[in-house]
Amino acid sequence: MKPAHAAIALVIAILAIPLAPISDYWIVLLDNIGLYSLVAMGLVLLTGVGGMTSFGQAAFVGFGAYTTAVLSATYGISPWLTLPLALALTGLAALAIGSVTVRLSGHYLPLGTMAWGLAFFYLFGNLEFLGAHDGINGIPPLRIGTHDLFDGRSFFSVVWLVVLAASVLTTNLLDTRVGRAIRALRAGTIANEAFGIDTARVKLIVFVYAALLAGLSGWLYAHFQRSINPTAFGLNIGIEYLLMAVVGGAGHVFGALLGAGIVTILKDQLQDILPRLIGAQGNYETIVFGFMLVVILQSARNGLWPFILNALPPRPAKPLVPADASLPQRPKPSGPAILDVRGINKHFGGLVAVNDVSFTVGAKEIVGLIGPNGAGKSTIFNLVTGLLRVTGGEVYFQGNRIDAMEARGIAALGIARTFQHVELAPDMSVLENAAIGAHIRGSAGLLSGMLRLDRAEEKRLLGEAARQLERVGLGAYMHRPAGSLALGQLRILEIARALALDPALLLLDEPAAGLRHLEKRALAELLHKLREEGMSVLLVEHDVEFVMGLTDHLVVLDFGKMIAKGVPAEIRKNPVVLEAYLGGVV
Amino acid sequence: MDATTLLLLGQDSLISGAIYALLAVTMVMVFSVTRVLFIPQGEFVTYGALTLAALEAGRVPGTAWLLLGVGAVAAVLAMTRARQTLTFLKAIRILIIDVGLPALLLLIVHWAAPLKLGLVPEMLLTLALVVPLGPLVYRIAFQPLAEASILVLLIVAVGVHMGMTGLGLVFFGPEGYQTSAFSDAVFELGFMNISAQSIWVVTTTAALLLGLYLFFEKTVSGKMLRAAAISRRGARLVGISTDRTGYLAFTLTALIGAVSGLMIGSLTTIYYDSGFIIGLKGFVAAILGGLHSYPLAAAAALLVGTVESFSSYSASAFKEVIVFTIIIPVLLWRSIFRPPVEHLE
Repeated sequence: MKPAHAAIALVIAILAIPLAPISDYWIVLLDNIGLYSLVAMGLVLLTGVGGMTSFGQAAFVGFGAYTTAVLSATYGISPWLTLPLALALTGLAALAIGSVTVRLSGHYLPLGTMAWGLAFFYLFGNLEFLGAHDGINGIPPLRIGTHDLFDGRSFFSVVWLVVLAASVLTTNLLDTRVGRAIRALRAGTIANEAFGIDTARVKLIVFVYAALLAGLSGWLYAHFQRSINPTAFGLNIGIEYLLMAVVGGAGHVFGALLGAGIVTILKDQLQDILPRLIGAQGNYETIVFGFMLVVILQSARNGLWPFILNALPPRPAKPLVPADASLPQRPKPSGPAILDVRGINKHFGGLVAVNDVSFTVGAKEIVGLIGPNGAGKSTIFNLVTGLLRVTGGEVYFQGNRIDAMEARGIAALGIARTFQHVELAPDMSVLENAAIGAHIRGSAGLLSGMLRLDRAEEKRLLGEAARQLERVGLGAYMHRPAGSLALGQLRILEIARALALDPALLLLDEPAAGLRHLEKRALAELLHKLREEGMSVLLVEHDVEFVMGLTDHLVVLDFGKMIAKGVPAEIRKNPVVLEAYLGGVV
Repeated sequence: MDATTLLLLGQDSLISGAIYALLAVTMVMVFSVTRVLFIPQGEFVTYGALTLAALEAGRVPGTAWLLLGVGAVAAVLAMTRARQTLTFLKAIRILIIDVGLPALLLLIVHWAAPLKLGLVPEMLLTLALVVPLGPLVYRIAFQPLAEASILVLLIVAVGVHMGMTGLGLVFFGPEGYQTSAFSDAVFELGFMNISAQSIWVVTTTAALLLGLYLFFEKTVSGKMLRAAAISRRGARLVGISTDRTGYLAFTLTALIGAVSGLMIGSLTTIYYDSGFIIGLKGFVAAILGGLHSYPLAAAAALLVGTVESFSSYSASAFKEVIVFTIIIPVLLWRSIFRPPVEHLE
């Protein structure tokens, strides 16, 4: 069944269910599941996909709900008119809160969401114009034509059509250029920045998107309940939303629906059973939820959706034709010094990691950077690619001074790199990882991706990624998750990703480590071919034979200092180099 | 604001600041030793205060039954996790420690509670009931995940918070209680009154902090905790069991949480869910202190106490909003001065 057909079938089902002989009780429960699914779906994107755990989503539900409640109940504005206003206000709030929050690293982020989650709860409960602790009553229902959606049955189709639309748009989003950048967030920011992705901006996009889904849910909630008070937007409810995402499977869009369903039905049943069992009224279901959270994290970290996914027949990967070089390519540079490193220094506190190093890389040249461990080779890579700042000295690339530039700006100029410690997203396919390299060669934004207007560009980007994978010999592994590859293959995948950027200068950090003899030969051939095509290469490598046979020039470092420079044959005989490597015993 | 109000608020700040300091310092310790951001720390405060309240009223506190139940769960889990190597003797040992001792305590409490033995024995009994919950919680929830990420451990901690709050409701009921003070005496110092209770709180806190300092500096167990805090792997390589340091850290947490509960119980009415917010304020202080420095965390706790007292005077409705918002500027400061790359070299 084609996706479009499935969507039509679902729309018909959503319209038909309220007419079916299902009890009001279940209809209302399903309405609630729909409302919670929206919030949980945002959390899946934020937490499971983007790696940012939020306990504060309930506050955004509150923004949406309070905006429409004030406007429609107090000022009598039509609910349909308050929808854009509710979303705009939620979005603005998310933009402001998010610009602080997404910059927090690691566990500070969820703690931050707890803090503002609580602060907003108390704020809602103390502001007079929001009705303080009593909240706002008499919110008008949604109205279609002359028909008021008073009851759960008439509300059902509205909620679930919104959920369906949100699911489609969110699923689409993940399968786009921006979506790949979002999915790569969890693996760390370094590689993404080195390939031109503004990770802080991508994080903010996800944050606002998740908040908008929450705000939309709040808008619906206000007109469904028709009275609101702060308890629905407190930290405890925020925790429940996170529970839904974790139970369903924080990495899957449909896990949100599953989690919302399980938690909502369970809560409803437990609120019925437990007080009778214990003989008093109270929110005893939190005990079960607490245990559930602990047990899920102990025994099924990815939630329950993967179990369902495994039971379904696997979907065949879309066949993909490696494109010709259909993306525009940058003109190949010429000149004796396209990279010009002039007297750079790097101090880490008192440690001098790089001490006054100068060298150049010419067009169509392969330069090797060698030296014992701790000589400062990888640090120089990080300085040239903007991941670290120089303490002193200058770096020029094709005449542009780049030592003060951000990594992503340097990437845009045409410098691509690999990493000594592989920096890939293990959950994403080999192809998608390679496509990260082509990110800055595309321009499709969030909306065009969600609405599927980016397909032509997507085809070109993925085609380019596939072409580079074929070229490095990983074509057969394209649709596997990157995490299933061997270490040597991962290094090659990093090269393919770098090539997908169409670089003028390629920086390779120990590309041959972990490769077998034949693979090394293939790599050397590939590098020769790249040089013929006009690319320059700077590489760090420990395999002396590999380096000597491949490079035009060598730069030798020891303890951060440059001790020799020259063609391989000279370096081989240089006494200073021999002493650095062999300790002067020969 | 006149001088009397100022001094009154100052005294108030010092008392709540002292409690938050205890909580903040133990949170820093638990985090550095086990990497758990122990959100439910405040639950031990609640359990301590409400257990003492029940004993004072001559009732058997719910914690006595809770401890038996939690012990039983821990015993079952311990036996299933060790089922490959479980011998009869081992099983008996687990049962005696995890189920036998709580059962014994339950009997003692049944006998002692109606006698109303007085404040000090009741406090000791309270600690005997609440403190073992610390290591038991660690064993049930955190030990199997000891190597998981900080983020996973944080979410587990939130799960534990939900469970403990709900169980608090089951075992203590929804009513709030206030315990009697250590002492009702009030001293007059110039034109202000100082209650003996506030002196008690401040000196107990100071004594506990000093005790913790001596524990970390002078005892082998304390040094083990410090070693595990610096590097878990390093500690294991020199023969320190990180399971044991985990138990120890959680025992200390429960102890200090429960003692805080004993102190705070007479100052304010405690409900089954009061601990969460109290604990979170300790957390705010721990975060302000960067989650690694004990003195900074304690100093930040005094700041939190001060902000709270003064904002409850001048903007009482927004007290909590202000307290929880003060960490935002700190987080913002971290955002701006954060090094550009996270885990490079």
